[in-house]
Amino acid sequence: MSQALTVTLVVNGRPVTRAAGAHLTLLRWLREEAAATDPKYGCGEGICGACTVLVDGEPVSACIVLAAQVDGAEITTAAGLLERDGSLGPLQRAFHTRHAAQCGFCTPGMLMAAAAMLSTGHPASREEIRAALHGNLCRCTGYGPIVDAVEAAQQEGRR
Amino acid sequence: MSAGEIRSSKAEELRVVHQPLPRHDQQEKIAGSTRYAGDLAFADMLHARLVRAPVPSAKITRRDAATAAAVPGVVCVLFGEDVPHNVIWVDVPGQTVEVAALKASMEVLATDRVRFHGEPVALVVADSEEALGEACDLVDIEYEELPGVFDPAEALAPGAPAVHAQGNLLGEWNIDRGGVDEAFAAADVIVEGSYRTQAVDHAYLEPEAGLGWLDDEGVLTLRVATQVVEHYRDVARILGIPDSRVRVIAPYVGGGFGGKEDMTVEPYLALAVWRTRRPVRMQWTRQESLLARPKRHAMTLRYKTAARGDGTIVGQEVDITADSGAYAYLSALVLLYSSVHACGPYRVDNVRLRARCAYTNNPPTSAFRGFGGMQVVFGYESQMDLLARRLQISAADVRKRNALARGDVLPVGQPIETEVLLAQTIDAVCDRAGDKPHPSRPRRAVGRGIASNIQSYGRLVWLNDSAAAWVGWQLDGSLTVRCGVPDIGGGQASSLAQIASEVLGTPMERITVHFGDSSLTPLAGTTTATRQLLMSGNAVYEACTMLRAGVLGAVAEATGQPADGLRLEPGAVTAEGFEMDLREALVTCRRRNVPIEALGTFFGPKGKPVVRDLRADRVFPDFTFGTHLCDLEVDLDTGKVRLLRYVAAHDVGRAINPRSVEGQISGGVVQGLGMALLEEVTLDNGVNLTGGLFQYLIPASTDVPDIETVILESGEGLGPFGARGIGEPPIGPPSAAVASAIHDAVGSRPVVLPITPERVLACVDAAGQPGWIP
Repeated sequence: MSQALTVTLVVNGRPVTRAAGAHLTLLRWLREEAAATDPKYGCGEGICGACTVLVDGEPVSACIVLAAQVDGAEITTAAGLLERDGSLGPLQRAFHTRHAAQCGFCTPGMLMAAAAMLSTGHPASREEIRAALHGNLCRCTGYGPIVDAVEAAQQEGRR
Repeated sequence: MSAGEIRSSKAEELRVVHQPLPRHDQQEKIAGSTRYAGDLAFADMLHARLVRAPVPSAKITRRDAATAAAVPGVVCVLFGEDVPHNVIWVDVPGQTVEVAALKASMEVLATDRVRFHGEPVALVVADSEEALGEACDLVDIEYEELPGVFDPAEALAPGAPAVHAQGNLLGEWNIDRGGVDEAFAAADVIVEGSYRTQAVDHAYLEPEAGLGWLDDEGVLTLRVATQVVEHYRDVARILGIPDSRVRVIAPYVGGGFGGKEDMTVEPYLALAVWRTRRPVRMQWTRQESLLARPKRHAMTLRYKTAARGDGTIVGQEVDITADSGAYAYLSALVLLYSSVHACGPYRVDNVRLRARCAYTNNPPTSAFRGFGGMQVVFGYESQMDLLARRLQISAADVRKRNALARGDVLPVGQPIETEVLLAQTIDAVCDRAGDKPHPSRPRRAVGRGIASNIQSYGRLVWLNDSAAAWVGWQLDGSLTVRCGVPDIGGGQASSLAQIASEVLGTPMERITVHFGDSSLTPLAGTTTATRQLLMSGNAVYEACTMLRAGVLGAVAEATGQPADGLRLEPGAVTAEGFEMDLREALVTCRRRNVPIEALGTFFGPKGKPVVRDLRADRVFPDFTFGTHLCDLEVDLDTGKVRLLRYVAAHDVGRAINPRSVEGQISGGVVQGLGMALLEEVTLDNGVNLTGGLFQYLIPASTDVPDIETVILESGEGLGPFGARGIGEPPIGPPSAAVASAIHDAVGSRPVVLPITPERVLACVDAAGQPGWIP
C-alpha cells in the first residue's frame, strides 16, 4: 500500500485538504478528491493537454504531476476563469463568440494554456498563439477558431 | 483570420436558421461544467478493466482467475463463460460469402482463440483503480501462439492461415457498367496508378468511458460515450434480457468520428453491473484505445483510367483490397461505400470495379468519418491529376469537363437527382487562392494541388432509416424538444433548437433540447453517416410544422381571423392589426382540444438491398460535393512539408448554422491533413506498436494553417431548409490535394500515405529518373 499523505491545494480559490496516496496524480486528485472534473483525462502521459491546469500560474499537465509534489500550491482550472457571478470570463467569452469549442473535451485545458500565454502580457502574433497552444491537441475544430478566440481575447485585454 | 464566405444561389427569408449563432451547448463546455461520460461518479461505484491479448494470433490454453480474485478489493474476475450470451453479431445483407446474409460474430470475451493484439479476454471488477491495476496483471492466461496473417492480399492467397473457419474473404463487391474493354481500346490516352492508404485512429480527445447502474426499476442503465444509443438492443441480447430493460444515455460526447459507432465499453459495463448489482465505471486508457479499438481500413487502390484527347473520361477500372482486421464489424459496408464512390464526382459510363476485404490478424477496422468513401478520393483524384498532366489540361478543367450534373448516373446505377455545384466549388477555391506563392528561400519548392470529392449523406436506403422527435410547448411559451440524437460535438442538438426556433418563432434561449436517451427521448438513430441533420432535423421540422398548424388553426377558429394570415412571432400569434399573446394562444389550444405537443417521424428514402454484383437505382439518399486547394512548400533537402494555405469549398445546400458548418469543414480538413502527412497505426506482424499519442501524431496547432472555407448553398439538399450533410465530406480531399501539391512542387507523385518526409524525398529523387511519370 502506498503511504498515506495529506495534500492541501487551493483549487480556484477554495482550500481543499484531502488524503492522497504518494502515487496519486494531480489530475486524479482534482477529479476524484476535489470534485474538479473540468481537467480531463486524454492520454495520461502529458501529450494531449486536456488536463492542463495552472499551478501557481504556470501551465502544467496534471496527469504527469503527483498531487503531493505540488502540496500547498494554488491550482486554477477552467472553472477558475469564470466571473464571480458564474458567468463566463473574458477569455471564455471569446471562445464562446468565436465558436472555439465543438466536442468541448479539449476546451478546459486549451483555455488554461491560453490563459497562461495571455498572462505574460506579451502581444502574440497568430503564429505565436499557435506555438503557445501546440501542446494542447484538438481533434474537432482545426484550431482556427481557437486561435481566433485567443487573438480576440488578447485584443480585448489590451483595450 | 477572415471569416468564411457564403455564396447562395437560392435566397430564402430566414430568421434564426442560417444565422451564425453560438451553439447552446457552448456555455457549459467553456465553463468546464459539462459532465462527459467519465465525469460522473457514484460514491459506492466499482471500477472495471479489461485484460487483453498480448499477441495477435493464439489459442488460449489456460485461464485462471484465482490469484487475481484474491487481491484485496477485487469483486470478480469474469471470462467468456460468465457472459450469458457471449457473442456480438454483425449482419450484412447482400453478402454472399456465406449463404444469404453474412452472419459474422465475435465473442464479448474470447474463450479459446484470440485473433488480434488487444482482444478482450477477461474483465476484472474491483473497488478501486489500484486494486484493478494489481489484479489485471495477475489474471493468469496462457497462450499458444498460432501462425497469423497480416496483409489482406496474403490472407486471400491459397494456404494462408485462416483467421476464421469460413475463410479469410469477408466481403466483395463488383460493378460492371457499359463496355469497358471497348472504351479502353478506343481511348486516346490511358493513365494507371496504384495507391495505398494506411490504418489510422480516430484519436478523439475523450477516450472511451462510461458509468453503469441499475436504476430504481431495475433497468440496466449505461451512461456512455457513444454515437449509438440503440446499442441498448445489443446489450440486452448479450445479457439475455428484454430490450426494454436496458437504457443507454449518451451525454455530450468528446468526439466520435465513427470510433464510437460500434460498442466500446457497453457490453463490459453491462456485464459488470449485471453481475455485481452495483454501479460500475469503466474508463479506457488512451493506450487501450489506440491498441484495440477498430481503425480506418488500410486499402490498396489500383486505377486505370481511359480518356479522350480532350480529357473526357470514357472508362475506368478500379481494384480495391481492404484490410478488415480480425473481425467483421462494418467492413463489408465500408467497402460498399468505397465501391459506390470509387469513380468520384465524375461521369464515367464504362466501369469495371472489383473490391474485396479480407480478415487478417491486425486490429479490426470499421467506421471512420468518410466510411470508405474517403480512401478512394486519394485514388480517383490522383488519376485526374495524371490525366491532366498527360494531356496538358489544367487540373481544374479536367475536373469540370467530367463533373457530374443532375440527371447523370453513378456507376452503380443511381441517378443524381439534385443540382451539383462541383464546378462552382472548383472556381471558388481557385478564385479565393489567387496566385501560387513563391518559395521562401533556395532549395525550397512550392506546389499547389486541388482535389474534389463526392460523399453520400444519410444511411443506405434499404436500412429503412427513420428518426423521431417530440416537440412540446410549455404553458409559458418556452419549448421542449426531445430527440434521441447523440451529440458528438458537431452541434447536433443545437441545430435542432435552431430549426425549432425558425419554425415556431421561439427564441433559442427559451428552447431546451433533451437528447441521446434510449428510454426517454424518441429514437432518432445513429449519429453516423452524416445523417442526423437530414433525419432528426427533418423529424423536428415535421413536429414543429404540426405544432404551428395546430396553434394557428386554433387561434383562427377562436377569433375568426383567417388562418392563412396568421404568423407565429416570438411570444405572440400575429396578423395584420391582430396580436394574441402566445400563452393565451396555447390556452386556446387546450380549451379546444388541440395538442400543443407533437411527435414527428421522418423516414429516409427507400430502396432495395444490393447484391454482390452491384446494380441499383438508389443506394444513398443523396450526396455532398466539394473541392479543396492546398499550397505547400517542400524542403528539397529534408523532405519536410510546410502547409502554406488551405481553402475548402462545399455545397452544403443550406447552412443551418454557418459557424457549425465552418467548424465541420475546418475540423474535417485538419483530420484529413493528419492522415495525409502524419498519422499511421504502426503494426509489426499484427503487434500494434502504437502505444501513445507521443507516437501517434495527430496535427497540433503548429502543423496546420488557418483553414479558409467557402460555403456554397444550392438549397438542393434533402435536409430541412434544403441542407445537405457536411460531417464527413470535408475529410475526403486533403490527402489527394496534398499529394497533388507535392507532385506540383517536386515533379513526382507520392502514392503511399502518410506522405512522410522520407516519402517526399523519394519523390524528389524519382523526378526525372527512368520510369518517372511527369
